[in-house]
Amino acid sequence: MEIKWYIFLSLVLFCIGIIGALTRRNSIIVFMCIELMLNSVNLLLIAFSKMHLATPNAFAGTMATSAQIFVFFIMIVAAAEVSVVLAIIVMLYRNTRSIDINFLNRLKN
Amino acid sequence: MEITQILFWFLSALAIAGAVGVVASKNPIYSVLSLIVVFFAISGHYVLMNAQFLAIVNIIVYAGAIMVLFLFVIMMINLNAETEPVKNIYMKMAGVISGLTLMIVLVAALAHSESANIIMRKGTSVGLTENLGKALFNDYVVPFEISSVLFLSAMVGAILIGKKDSAKARTALKQ
Repeated sequence: MEIKWYIFLSLVLFCIGIIGALTRRNSIIVFMCIELMLNSVNLLLIAFSKMHLATPNAFAGTMATSAQIFVFFIMIVAAAEVSVVLAIIVMLYRNTRSIDINFLNRLKN
Repeated sequence: MEITQILFWFLSALAIAGAVGVVASKNPIYSVLSLIVVFFAISGHYVLMNAQFLAIVNIIVYAGAIMVLFLFVIMMINLNAETEPVKNIYMKMAGVISGLTLMIVLVAALAHSESANIIMRKGTSVGLTENLGKALFNDYVVPFEISSVLFLSAMVGAILIGKKDSAKARTALKQ
């Protein structure tokens, strides 16, 4: 399998995520689109780690391992981020009775 | 056509259909379910690329923990009672056009590069749990421990944001 199909797949997923984040107003769906973009980037990183194994390079093994560890840490940070953002969304709903993303400018009070 | 190629196209179609479902569906519950489909398809891609450890972590963390959190929040705030306010149709069209333009530009920029035709190697042991575990606990111990501190601070922050303001509640009780 050539690398370009994986590049195109993750580009399509990333751009669907961007379209969703630009067109929807429900803040939970906007946040899910951001998660979708994170996952497409993870997919691309793993595909690149496999691609580096195919190139003749002395450090190819460590580079491939580092890419996968990098994906692991992205997942860790995403899990921590989700909990905080969902708490913010619940607080927004409690204060304004709506989760329209335009109400986030009232976050101060 | 090899079996891996058939699986690749099937999983890609599943992932893209799920992503479109996330963006297009009206009900947020259906969006969450489509996103779970996308995560399972991406985990299938990881297995195809012989990254079993990350496939399992992806299923456990994303499809297991994060999506349950999303479903829980959506059911808690009961969105079905009110409809989502509609965005201006011109804004929607501008968003779709700009996203598609970005996709076309990136695909056109990357389609003709030489390194795009590198064939990925099959059957390597890089993504197995043994190799990644050794790397994680030899070279990456410090970031691993720091991430536990990150989780602790995220937990404290979520509780602090999510709990009701106790001073305000006390004054409301007195009145």
